[in-house]
Amino acid sequence: MSTVLQNLVNQPYRHGFVTDIESDVVPKGLSEDVIRLISRKKNEPGWLLDFRLQAYRHWLTMREPAWPNVKYPKIDFQDISYYSAPKAKKKLASMDEVDPELLRTFEKLGVPMHEQKALAGVAVDVIFDSVSVTTTYKQRLAEVGVVFCSFSEAVRDHPELVRKYLGSVVPPGDNFYGALNSAVFTDGSFCYIPKGVRCPMELSTYFRINTQESGQFERTLIVAEDGSYVSYLEGCTAPKFDTNQLHAAVVELVALDNAEIKYSTVQNWYAGDEKGIGGIYNFVTKRGLCRGVNSKISWTQVETGSAITWKYPSCVLLGDNAIGEFYSVALTNHHQQADTGTKMVHIGRNTRSTIVSKGISAGTSNNSYRGLVKIGANATNARNHSQCDSMLIGDKCGANTFPYIQVNNSSAQVEHEASTSKIGEDQLFYFAQRGIGAEEAVSMIINGFCRDVFTQLPMEFAVEATKLLGLKLEGSVG
Amino acid sequence: MTDKVLLEVRGLTAKVAGIEILKGIDLSVRSGQVHAIMGPNGSGKSTFAKVLAGHPDYEVTGGDVLFEGRDLFDRTPEERARAGLFLGFQYPVEIPGVTNSSFLRLAYNTVQGARGRDELDPLEFDDYVQDKLKLLDMDPAFLERSVNEGFSGGEKKRNEILQLAILEPTLAILDEADSGLDIDALRIVANGVSRLRLPDNAVILVTHYQRLLNYITPDYVHVMDEGRIIKTGDKELAVELESRGYDWVADEYRSRQAA
Repeated sequence: MSTVLQNLVNQPYRHGFVTDIESDVVPKGLSEDVIRLISRKKNEPGWLLDFRLQAYRHWLTMREPAWPNVKYPKIDFQDISYYSAPKAKKKLASMDEVDPELLRTFEKLGVPMHEQKALAGVAVDVIFDSVSVTTTYKQRLAEVGVVFCSFSEAVRDHPELVRKYLGSVVPPGDNFYGALNSAVFTDGSFCYIPKGVRCPMELSTYFRINTQESGQFERTLIVAEDGSYVSYLEGCTAPKFDTNQLHAAVVELVALDNAEIKYSTVQNWYAGDEKGIGGIYNFVTKRGLCRGVNSKISWTQVETGSAITWKYPSCVLLGDNAIGEFYSVALTNHHQQADTGTKMVHIGRNTRSTIVSKGISAGTSNNSYRGLVKIGANATNARNHSQCDSMLIGDKCGANTFPYIQVNNSSAQVEHEASTSKIGEDQLFYFAQRGIGAEEAVSMIINGFCRDVFTQLPMEFAVEATKLLGLKLEGSVG
Repeated sequence: MTDKVLLEVRGLTAKVAGIEILKGIDLSVRSGQVHAIMGPNGSGKSTFAKVLAGHPDYEVTGGDVLFEGRDLFDRTPEERARAGLFLGFQYPVEIPGVTNSSFLRLAYNTVQGARGRDELDPLEFDDYVQDKLKLLDMDPAFLERSVNEGFSGGEKKRNEILQLAILEPTLAILDEADSGLDIDALRIVANGVSRLRLPDNAVILVTHYQRLLNYITPDYVHVMDEGRIIKTGDKELAVELESRGYDWVADEYRSRQAA
């Protein structure tokens, strides 16, 4: 690879600082006692503790999945702390009482925690290590009946809703990391949109891992009642450590009749250094259930961080005429590994799904798309269109596509298109011969490549995502 | 007419992948002139064009080149382009996902900026580009397609000439601008180039066949063989080459060297 390309893809991580703040961390290790301790710290009701213990007991019987196309040393689950919270002196009544050190952290990250400074029209929930620090715009959302709060608050204030939907999309024993999350999850976001309400603003959660030896296990649950609409965005960063940290989240979405949920992610966890030391293991289960007729769930993700990414945001299309969408840009550099994609499970009649996946690999990274399209026996006239494109930068990286298609109904139409391209010396020379330098050329090529996905992001975040990809790839041209 | 030397090549040698391809080229191009460089396959014509533009695969091993009186080789490929040196590619590269219009505008504005002239916003640029499209008899829908992606051979070549028309370089080096063109496309490309001939600029046509020279009359015709210019003449030489082939020129050169 030329030095021009090499310099272009070497860009330092800008969120890698550690906040010096006193934390309440439980000792490393996992057992029923630890789970009981977490549950007690959070003053949880008995049914939730039972949910955790059931998940834990199931987890003990499970094995880590070996099928992903990623390599990493065996994780010692007893060497992780499962709870870490910034020590609060007392219960917070307003934002003004938040530890100024925390406020500075999020200011540095560009996350608005003060409502008056917040991006107009975006409500933010902030999760620092294991707990939710603050949720903005609660009042305004409450006026239209939208509940947007931390998961712990939801358990306290809306137990009937949480109990009804928790585990209804991702059951406690669903998969190894999902079960682990169900056993030890500490906080996350909860969102409930009542019947017929179009959520008046974008909802956003910002996740930050700060402590070196803690894992982050958050749980997000979004329920959209009949005829409602919500657009939701999550962002994530973490400090640089030379050890790996585990992030095993679960996100559950439920869309009832005629409801629509749009879920967007800009993931920028620390990816490790250029030698592959450190970085987050991002092992996440995300699934949406289109339970009602004409319901729609749309996942859009821009994945740029993490040492290893293992996630398949999925849609179960149960209701007739339900629509599932998955738009993804996954960029890997240096020694990053990504095995990501989606599952579209068609159960209802006339269900439709669209998959657009753009993988970009640079350095010595490895980027795999893995996707399942399953058409059930009763899914008459189901349709799917998948498009998986890979782009290689340099000649030491890899791209793979693993599409799985299972069709049990002969009226289904399933299409799969795939392509692989490469930013080559010759393309850069062509740009150069027209006066355009390598940095601008690469950014133009990448933006063109990702256009179909970026247009799906909410406006502000499309700009952010474009910038983020630029940062990941830009550098001094030499 | 300001008749000045645009390009001065002296004793240029260059290699690719360790093999010497150019073995000492001398050439002087003045403003207002058209030079044709002809020769058999593998004679080094395309290498010469790419070396001038700064292709990273080629290593200059000797000689020097002045472009408008300044050393060419101490400049990067993009600096050469901004200074007014244009290479029309023999095999234009496809750039999926990048529209022709955004590519052309970025190229235009970059070159304009380097010349200290105003850049054009998308609307102004659209007006500018529509005139150029007419000149080359090209469909405006062309602008919304990805750069060269899925273009026919003729469309790719026309797109190169469109870029030439838009960027208005001082020195245009057109590498096999006529290869793969049917007779209509050839006429359109040739007319486009002819109309872009100005007293202040110059054109180097690298070509295997004489047929392009029926439309664009060169001031000089050079024959290249084994990395050297072995004969220079006027447009009659091209006609002679068409009927007699290249071998006699090489024989003549060898007997001259032996003498």
